[in-house]
Amino acid sequence: MKKYFIILLLVVLIPIKAYALIEVDITRGNLNPLPLAVSPLSIDDQSRKSFEKILKKENIGSEISSIVENNLRTSGLFNPLSKDAFLQAPDIANLKPRFEDWNLIKAQALITGKVTYVDEKLRVEFRLWDILAAKEMMALAFTTVPNNWRRVGHIISDKVYERLTGEKGYFDTRVIYVAEEGPKTQRKKRLAIMDQDGANNKFLTLGNELVLTPRFNPTSQMVTYLSYFKNLPRVYLLDIETGTQEVVGDFPGMTFAPRFSPDGKKIIMSFAKDGKSDIYTMDLENRLVERITNHPSIDTSPSYSPNGKFIAFNSDRSGYQQIYIMKSDGSNVKRISFGNGIYGTPVWSPRGDLIAFTKLHKGKFYIGVMRTDGKGERLLTENYYQEAPSWSPNGRVLIFYRETKTNAKGEGFSAKLWSIDLTGYNERLVQTQTDASDPSWSSLLSN
Amino acid sequence: MILSKIYKNTLLILAACLVLTACATKKEVTTTAPDISGQMQGDTYTGTDTVKYLADGVPDRVFFATNESILTTASRETLRAQAAWLRKNSNINVVIEGHADERGTREYNLALGERRANSAKDYLMTYGISSDRLSVLSYGKERPVDAGSTPLAWSKNRRSVTVKAN
Repeated sequence: MKKYFIILLLVVLIPIKAYALIEVDITRGNLNPLPLAVSPLSIDDQSRKSFEKILKKENIGSEISSIVENNLRTSGLFNPLSKDAFLQAPDIANLKPRFEDWNLIKAQALITGKVTYVDEKLRVEFRLWDILAAKEMMALAFTTVPNNWRRVGHIISDKVYERLTGEKGYFDTRVIYVAEEGPKTQRKKRLAIMDQDGANNKFLTLGNELVLTPRFNPTSQMVTYLSYFKNLPRVYLLDIETGTQEVVGDFPGMTFAPRFSPDGKKIIMSFAKDGKSDIYTMDLENRLVERITNHPSIDTSPSYSPNGKFIAFNSDRSGYQQIYIMKSDGSNVKRISFGNGIYGTPVWSPRGDLIAFTKLHKGKFYIGVMRTDGKGERLLTENYYQEAPSWSPNGRVLIFYRETKTNAKGEGFSAKLWSIDLTGYNERLVQTQTDASDPSWSSLLSN
Repeated sequence: MILSKIYKNTLLILAACLVLTACATKKEVTTTAPDISGQMQGDTYTGTDTVKYLADGVPDRVFFATNESILTTASRETLRAQAAWLRKNSNINVVIEGHADERGTREYNLALGERRANSAKDYLMTYGISSDRLSVLSYGKERPVDAGSTPLAWSKNRRSVTVKAN
């Protein structure tokens, strides 16, 4: 009875506008994102000054919290509440939250924490609270070099995502892609890498030659891609840290469509000769080349299953581009796409149960998924032109690129990266400095 | 990145029900109307807007139908003129560049460009040009001549172009 009284009293004391501030951000479809509050990481004066000097950021606590907030929002699963509504200051990191206050603004979860400068390192403590149950769900702390502050935000996001959804996150990741500039008829293309949220963009090639289709290896330290260096289109291997590049194999013609095997030991690719393209692998240790398909058709866009036992690819052996799967030695080739239209760019989900693809039907391009037996096709998004889906490491989100239709004068061309949930909801433009295409999502960097 | 977990308190179940309903977007599909410009036969380009000449009366390029690498009658005529010119100029080697339109996936189009260039190369070889003098280079859809998004623009881009190599 007494408890009820207190709550009632609190309700009376709260300004009315607190109710109006709860906004549910449903970006697409009828998903209800979980309302949660990300309290800015609390920071003491001394630490604040030290970080300001090193990182040129006025309040690194708020900056890290913004990263967490942005990640959780863009996932489409969470609705971070406006800070204007918060009734408790960031220093709750040192106390227990007043659950009633957070309940009032309809937060169902709360993230609190603090950041300190210790021995030239950045130390973060954070907690995740269940507001309805009035309980702590998780408490973690870690220490790193100050320059890693953005990754701290991503790691917190991953931990929260994992705790609340039961699945691994995908925020502490990077995307490698092709940065595009210039007129459509003479595009300048460079390899570029950025954090999943668009920060820390870096160009890896100068743009002197055409580069296409970069893909990470499983540890995300190496990239395989196609380069037109000296007008000889060949598959290359690039070490991101050292910048070392080398041609993959010694083929008397164009090699293209490269990807790594799931153990990172082989590169699978197409080799085009005399009007036909077949699939080959090259072992990166002993350099042995193995032919996987041998057919007069175009066999390309190979992608391994996560266990390495199967390969999905597209072939026009039936007359039009369709998706096939085979054993990794090339045996048991089986067509799996039978819907209307043409199908290409199969990419096996990290979970192994789905294949993402590009489909062209009646002049429209779709990104879709199907089961590995070809059944259960679901088209997630339709547009004038889009292709090349790449999975987030947890298999929940696809990133791909989309090109616009030009006007009657051939103007207005652009290429951009987009992401969409496996559910078909939460379609979002991925911000890049320049136009962009051919995205490839890395594995989780911190696991 | 070192992530040290110092302590993990009570892990109680939160009522965060993040139910992801599987749902495909279902949309209407529209067909693109055929372009009636008088510069196409079927969907193969027959105009001369983009054509350059290796020599007088020797066009540098031939055009293809969607997804095709078969040479049309007009293409074969162009290539015979190229073969005659190459026979006369035995010191000249050429690169045959193969191209595709923007309505196909990048990797498939690279292969399709290679197939088209080889189609032209094979024909030149049957007219007596040594394969030593002919190399192929596919650009897929990377180098369109027409930036348009119309059936006519696409037809100009589905081509193989014979370019002097030296």
